[in-house]
Amino acid sequence: MAEAPEDKKAPGARQETGDLLDARGLTKRFGDILANDRVDLAIHKGEIHALLGENGAGKSTLVKMFYGSLEPDGGTILWQGKEVRIDNPAAARALGIGMVFQHFSLFEALTVVENIALALPNPGNMAELAKRIEAVSNDYGLPLNPKDFVADLPVGIRQRIEIVRCLLQEPQLIIMDEPTSVLTPQEADRLFLTLQRLASEGCAVLYISHRLEEVQRICHHATILRHGQVVRECDPTKETAGSLAQMMVGSEILGVGSHTKALSAGEPRLGLKGLSAPAGTPFATALNDINLDVRAGEVVAIAGVAGNGQGELFDALSGEMRVQPGMVVLDGEAAGARAINWRRKKNAAFVPEERLGHGAVPGLKLSQNVVLTRHATKDGLIEAGMVSLRKANDLEKRIKKHYDVRMSHDDPEARSLSGGNLQKFVMGRELDRKPGILVVNQPTWGVDAGAAALIRQGLIDLAREGSAVLVISQDLDEIFQISDRIAVISRGYLSAAEPAAQMTRERVGLLMAGGAETQGEAH
Amino acid sequence: MFEAILLTVITAATPLLIAAIGELVVERSGVLNLGVEGMMIMGAVVGFAVANQTGSGALGVVGAILAGMAMSALFGFLVLFLVANQVATGLALTILGIGLSGMIGEAFIGVPGLKIPELYIPVLSDIPFIGPVFFQQDALVYLSFALVGLVAYGLFRTRMGLVLRAVGDNHGSAHALGFSVIKVRFLAVLFGGACAGLAGAYMSLAYTPQWVENMTAGRGWIALALVVFASWLPFRVIIGAYLFGAVGVLNLHAQAIELDIPSQFLSSLPYLATIVVLVLISANRRLTLVNTPACLGKPFVPDR
Repeated sequence: MAEAPEDKKAPGARQETGDLLDARGLTKRFGDILANDRVDLAIHKGEIHALLGENGAGKSTLVKMFYGSLEPDGGTILWQGKEVRIDNPAAARALGIGMVFQHFSLFEALTVVENIALALPNPGNMAELAKRIEAVSNDYGLPLNPKDFVADLPVGIRQRIEIVRCLLQEPQLIIMDEPTSVLTPQEADRLFLTLQRLASEGCAVLYISHRLEEVQRICHHATILRHGQVVRECDPTKETAGSLAQMMVGSEILGVGSHTKALSAGEPRLGLKGLSAPAGTPFATALNDINLDVRAGEVVAIAGVAGNGQGELFDALSGEMRVQPGMVVLDGEAAGARAINWRRKKNAAFVPEERLGHGAVPGLKLSQNVVLTRHATKDGLIEAGMVSLRKANDLEKRIKKHYDVRMSHDDPEARSLSGGNLQKFVMGRELDRKPGILVVNQPTWGVDAGAAALIRQGLIDLAREGSAVLVISQDLDEIFQISDRIAVISRGYLSAAEPAAQMTRERVGLLMAGGAETQGEAH
Repeated sequence: MFEAILLTVITAATPLLIAAIGELVVERSGVLNLGVEGMMIMGAVVGFAVANQTGSGALGVVGAILAGMAMSALFGFLVLFLVANQVATGLALTILGIGLSGMIGEAFIGVPGLKIPELYIPVLSDIPFIGPVFFQQDALVYLSFALVGLVAYGLFRTRMGLVLRAVGDNHGSAHALGFSVIKVRFLAVLFGGACAGLAGAYMSLAYTPQWVENMTAGRGWIALALVVFASWLPFRVIIGAYLFGAVGVLNLHAQAIELDIPSQFLSSLPYLATIVVLVLISANRRLTLVNTPACLGKPFVPDR
């Protein structure tokens, strides 16, 4: 991340300002799973404290206990030296603990000022609150218009609302759950400035993130969780990203061998020709004259901040949204108006963003979920109109083994799998087919580092075997790791795909922030 | 003639208005209660019975409100605490109400009823035309308008209303912020029950002061449609209720003066009007989506 704003903190400067929050032996159990096992954590005043861990390590559970949305089964929480019980979020807010959620806790049908009023104990007069919001948001460089409906705002602004909401509560501790996962690099830089200013004013920040580079850049101290236990505390500036990752996972992570370079790129297998589609709903994004070729042997990635037309683009590719026939071309055949099964029979495969409910049916067993996307292909799962349970089971076992899907018993329902495991299954189900064309939306969203490496390697390997792979992702690390060419989507416009080697994060960031749009309009 | 028509329109529209404004609050909180008809008919029979036994119209109205609330409490318990399916439970509530009211009301068939008196305001009520139309109605007519005003104010100007709309828009977030989704919804359901009961009382104590089995005759269903018609905005419910009331009444008058229009056509007018209005409303989809409670009919189970 070049051009980073100057870091104010001196490396390794954990201030000995006394404990603001001190958790001792916190334990939380969900059924058979010990989500938090005697966790000790101390947060000092004015520090940015990182909480690191893989998916399912228990980070969210822990902070939910601090914020009063979960009740601990054991252990105590000391707030400024006094033992407290945090029964509900209102109690946490009264103490001075604010939280910015990963999946925002905003109300789309309400205005900015109404959303903020809901979180304040005594919001008072709405007009005055609106003025306070404008004042505080401008003061912190996060301008907001109080009268806007949240539904009309992009994700970056929505996060601002959450942050300003926290600030108005005059908190002493702000908990942030993966705040940069939805931001452009530039927006993230602005967020870091805000956090550093808050810390300098004495407010503590508990910062949950997967992105080790960020943690190293802004955090004073880090606590690492693995399987619900604290495994290490450290000063992140004195570690390398590699050593931090190793502490999180407990073993070395497989490197993704991306740059077994694409052989001289082959024939175009997936083509988008002037793809345009109006917005289907008021909150959707229209697609505007999108052009892209994905050739045999290469991985093309589409970067962009969520809600800029990725979902609509995926729907047009998969066939969930029909467009003009010539707008989508699969292996030379016009497919824009064809159904999803027709496309699957042409050896294309699709993995949507939302794995539970869209990629897999929650209440069906994995073997049944296998049938759902592969019934029309040449797997012979359907014989004379009947489902071959034996073949479906064999396939399920193969996917499970090959992609390391962990489950408590054989062939469980999809909903009982953790997010990361289900993603491995959903990806494995399509990769296992060796499709000629693969389109994936957010392949490793919320997946831990080990599983993400496996999935990414699978994508690269598939491409090197001669398939065309299109990855839509918000994770720039991932994009730079796996792609041969990168395009950026912004407000339904797609920039021209450029070789990854010539792209920089700054350029991607500029395209995300609207550059793709002007470029898209130009041609 | 015109005055007479207008007067009957008001009496026809009032029960629709009261029931619909109650259901609007329920739906704004994210609950779909299809049992309006059942709660209304229970209100009608209990209101009639209580008024008949005590000789007091006011007590009858109170009884009807309590009956509607009791029915809605049953619904709320099943749907909110046991997380039963809202559509099925609402339909069952209607069937239960119709059956139960028939049983309770058996003794009251043909019994002369008691009519809630119209107000008389000196001077004002004596003004020709304006007097009878505006100042000689019964108390419930005025109450129905007051209710709409109160609901509109409550929903959009008070914190209570803000929380209610928040719960209906996104129950997960509301829970995360520490609001009791179940409590808010239960109170909203009770309010809806009270309104439906009151609307029922209007049927048996003012509209036609007697008890006839199944006397609400589908008005509960029209009230449900009105909420959608109004796109969940309180003042539009008034327009809808009076439109439906007017068309129903015009139908009768048209037959009385032997107008050369098939009565079936006139009877279908409210429904045609609904379709036309729904099409017009859906042209502005953004507004519709902002006003439609996003969590309508979705069950909520807190994780704790």
